[in-house]
Amino acid sequence: MAELNGKPRPAPIPTTKPFWDALSEDRIHLQHCADCGSWVYYPRRRCPSCLSAALDWQEVSGRGHLYSWTIGRQPTHPAFGDEGPQRLIVVELEEGVRLTTTLVDGDDADLVVGRAVEPVFDHGADGMTLLRFRPTRD
Amino acid sequence: MGLRGDAAIVGMAEYRPERHYRGERIFMLEQWADLAALALADAGLRSSDVNGLVCANIRESEQFVPSTIAEYLGWRVNFAERVDLGGATPVGMVWRAAAAIELGLCDVVVCAAPARPTPSLPPDQPRAWSPFGASSNIMGSPQAEFDIPYGNIAQNCGYAMIANRYAAEYGYDPRATAKIAADQRTNACANPDAVFFGQPITIDDVLASKMVADPLHVLEIVMPCAGGAAVVVASKEVARRTKHRPVYVTGFGEHLMHKTPTYSPDLLHTPIGPAAEQAFGMAGIDRSAIDAVQLYDCYTITVLLSIEDSGFCAKGEGMSFVAEHDLTYRGDFPVNTHGGQLSFGQTGLAGGFTQVSEAVRQIRGDAGEHQVPGCDTVYCSGTGGIMSEQTALIVQGG
Repeated sequence: MAELNGKPRPAPIPTTKPFWDALSEDRIHLQHCADCGSWVYYPRRRCPSCLSAALDWQEVSGRGHLYSWTIGRQPTHPAFGDEGPQRLIVVELEEGVRLTTTLVDGDDADLVVGRAVEPVFDHGADGMTLLRFRPTRD
Repeated sequence: MGLRGDAAIVGMAEYRPERHYRGERIFMLEQWADLAALALADAGLRSSDVNGLVCANIRESEQFVPSTIAEYLGWRVNFAERVDLGGATPVGMVWRAAAAIELGLCDVVVCAAPARPTPSLPPDQPRAWSPFGASSNIMGSPQAEFDIPYGNIAQNCGYAMIANRYAAEYGYDPRATAKIAADQRTNACANPDAVFFGQPITIDDVLASKMVADPLHVLEIVMPCAGGAAVVVASKEVARRTKHRPVYVTGFGEHLMHKTPTYSPDLLHTPIGPAAEQAFGMAGIDRSAIDAVQLYDCYTITVLLSIEDSGFCAKGEGMSFVAEHDLTYRGDFPVNTHGGQLSFGQTGLAGGFTQVSEAVRQIRGDAGEHQVPGCDTVYCSGTGGIMSEQTALIVQGG
């Protein structure tokens, strides 16, 4: 599998490539089901609510809130030892979908369920961009 | 719908869990043979009586596992099943065996999960151990693409995020979850086979132990060890000629909806809910008829949610329920009377068997110091992945 500095990296497949291509341009594109109106994440071949194949890509803001969080005080994998303690979070976007990601540019006090967050586009030397989040500052 | 309750667990074998296994290293097929022989001897049945088998993975073959086992043990079977439900596998094995027997496909089924270390293999052989644990880093796997690159790998952090979400919706009492670990340790201290026998802990000890993934302390998390277990499930007719009190399978349920909790439609209403509802409906009994519960306990939060979602208390009241009840074998709500996987030991894929084996021991009246007096009806749960798949089982003495 793809690696960067020893870390596992995403390896897009044709179904998911538009999502990663958009991230590399600092945009978030989500699939939206033309048949049942559901938003879909992660990208799939068919809608997990109705199995329709009529999925369109639409740009969204990336605004959301912390659905849950933890602080991994032991590396979850040897390659992530340099990120410890890992601020692992699940973000729920305004569209209702949830994403696995990490909190950046914040501290442990920001780890509160419901905390508003905004996207950070983490461009890697391998051309892949990860979608991380930071606390929304008013 | 469901079972008539005409199939029973009639034999069992369980290796004592060991944190540092120093015995002979043999292959999993060989362990399967040893465990099957022990469980059949316990039942008083012969190898030639076997006409069904239920297995999980084995080290020696990635596919065609049932036929490999049948050939190696010299069995001719009418029912062969491989179960892939992680920690929910052993309970899933038992109900499949019972269902196949009630369908008349077979009348003696062996289910086994070897979990002792195997011999070292040459370097060109595929590795048994992956640093990604239960997560799949194979291209095309959603986890490989959307979870692993962020460091969301394996179990601890997933369960921790479930606990923190619970805290936000219902509140969290760290002393209550710590009490689950402490009460189960009391049970282990009455069980000489437990890895933590002779090492009591208090709620304060749990809270003072190292934080691994907030809010989970190390004493709230299982520690893998070596072991293995098997059971023999047989028809009522066969059960009449076996050596012990038959333990009838009267209800079961199974439910799954996600692999990674991020994508669960409802993180806090766990799959054990519908599984338990089906199991109790099938058995035709109320929660109050249960004499002891053996709940899959990879983490304390798993036990808490399993108590709630199995219907032993109202949703959101698990913390106060745990605080108000004595969960030990002497208590008013006995939980994991062997010590649970937290204190008896998590024997790899056989870990979920410890809950089934303890149910059998309790109903036979063979549990020694940790025996619950007059234990006739036991509820067991299994949990795989990160609350990903759960299984429920009700067993009753014949």
